[in-house]
Amino acid sequence: MAPMNVVVCVKQIPDPAEPGKLEADNTLDRSGKLILDESDSYGVEMALQLADAAGGGEVTLVSMAPNGETSGLRTALAMGAAKAILVSDDALSGAGALDTAKVLAAAIKRAEPDLVLAATESSDGYTGTVPEQVAALLGLTSVTFAKEVHIDGQAVKVQRQTELGYDEVEAELPALVSVTAGVVEPRYPSFKGIMAAKSKPVDQLTLSDLGIDAATVGSAGAGQEIVAVDDAPAREAGEIIEDDGEAFGKIVAYLENLKVI
Amino acid sequence: MALSRIWVYAEAADGKVAPITLEMLTKARELAGTVEAVYGDGDTDAVAEALGAHGATKLYATGDLQGHTPAVPVASAIAKLIEGGDAPDLILFGTTYEGRDVAARLSVALDKPVITNSTDIAVDGDAVVLTEPVFGGTKLVRTKFTTAGPNIALIRPKSFAAEESGGGAPEVVTIEVPDYGSAKVTNRHVEETSGPKLDEAAIVVSGGRGLGDAEKYKVIEDLAKALKGAPGASRAIVDAGWVPYSYQVGQTGKVVKPNVYIAAGISGATQHLVGMKGAKNIIAINKDAEAPIFSVADLGIVGDVHKVLPKLLEALQAR
Repeated sequence: MAPMNVVVCVKQIPDPAEPGKLEADNTLDRSGKLILDESDSYGVEMALQLADAAGGGEVTLVSMAPNGETSGLRTALAMGAAKAILVSDDALSGAGALDTAKVLAAAIKRAEPDLVLAATESSDGYTGTVPEQVAALLGLTSVTFAKEVHIDGQAVKVQRQTELGYDEVEAELPALVSVTAGVVEPRYPSFKGIMAAKSKPVDQLTLSDLGIDAATVGSAGAGQEIVAVDDAPAREAGEIIEDDGEAFGKIVAYLENLKVI
Repeated sequence: MALSRIWVYAEAADGKVAPITLEMLTKARELAGTVEAVYGDGDTDAVAEALGAHGATKLYATGDLQGHTPAVPVASAIAKLIEGGDAPDLILFGTTYEGRDVAARLSVALDKPVITNSTDIAVDGDAVVLTEPVFGGTKLVRTKFTTAGPNIALIRPKSFAAEESGGGAPEVVTIEVPDYGSAKVTNRHVEETSGPKLDEAAIVVSGGRGLGDAEKYKVIEDLAKALKGAPGASRAIVDAGWVPYSYQVGQTGKVVKPNVYIAAGISGATQHLVGMKGAKNIIAINKDAEAPIFSVADLGIVGDVHKVLPKLLEALQAR
């Protein structure tokens, strides 16, 4: 089989275990340490497996993050990706999904991939539109919400999640596929992998390197503006009790009171 | 000020229009003088009546897509209409598998942003303003479009109640599909489920990591069955492969608004809360008294799910 070059879009995000904060301009505070979005570890694993199955080829990571952040990229490089392209530019603060897609698409073009993989959505912004927008910008066909991916000659065969079950979908390569979590078991980076990742190439680019006019992306070109952030109406506090062995009775009584049993 | 015209991307399964489509049509009637639908499948006649009854006066239909996935054909067809001068102020899509794809493709074709995950729509002067819950629904962010229309927005299911307008069948206009793309469905698989659907059930019983392992999920299914409800799951146990993706409640999964939601062994990550905090009554069982799920619970039991659930099941089955 021919070697497969796979690009994986990865996002470096604030640790979801920490409470999120907004900046003064109401964008998400990304100033702390960023980590690899767990949703992206499935795409990285899938890419490594597909390149392996093809008998060779390279897995390249493409990411956009503020302040030249690479800690999340190092995690994915330690899993086995060969190299990374990172786009970092102050003008990208406030970038919307379409702006992000334009930047990623320009960076992906440089890697000339046979296949582009992405998560279905990020765990911080969760717009869920970026992969399809990247595909459209690159003129690629796309299959979203993949739960299984196989390469068969010049086609990619995908089991795609649907409301009622799943569809088998086929598309010509090159293509973009977005994968759901749980499709494969992401490997843990080995010690050797972590050491090797430190010296793997990370190509750091700015908007001008990509030939993108800063005025067309970021808050300057997003075409949307946050007008207000308010506290949501809170639910009234409920009754919280310790189980004394009989708490199930409380639940039964509660359901009876609602007349649902 | 109201908008002049809104388009709603319509979806259906087996000839039955999706609830999200009817919800968006209902809201659109409040905001615009004219509401029209766009449909990307062959069974136009089957869906036309319901769309008309909810306020669509015109139905733009692509006809059968011959097995192609809808993103490329439907987005290219809408873009072509708009280039031809037939443009609305706002196009609404549901946050569904197909809705997100078509909206994203269209945004590139029109070079316009998409505002996503919206739970409310308002018109302020000339601008369309969308509300999006963030941080587990504790904060509401309102975002307005600053570009000229057509604006594109993705709406979360169950944000509005669907109501009929009493409208008749819409005028059907066949639209040209300039590009079908290469992605084709070769086979469809329908997972057999018994009982009510997760996003339609009056009672939902969901399990999370606190159950310990995959085999323990059975008690969740048994409880759901005893209550004539649907079983659900947190993202953690879907990612771990205990249950299929279709069970997932939350940001990434289904939005549910049942009468009763029972969360067992679920800590209440923001991603889960967004999908279920609209439930009328919430019961939570978790061993950690500090778990965020208790902040939205009407009845919270701090205890071991392995002790509470079997007793609860026994009591329900004995009735």
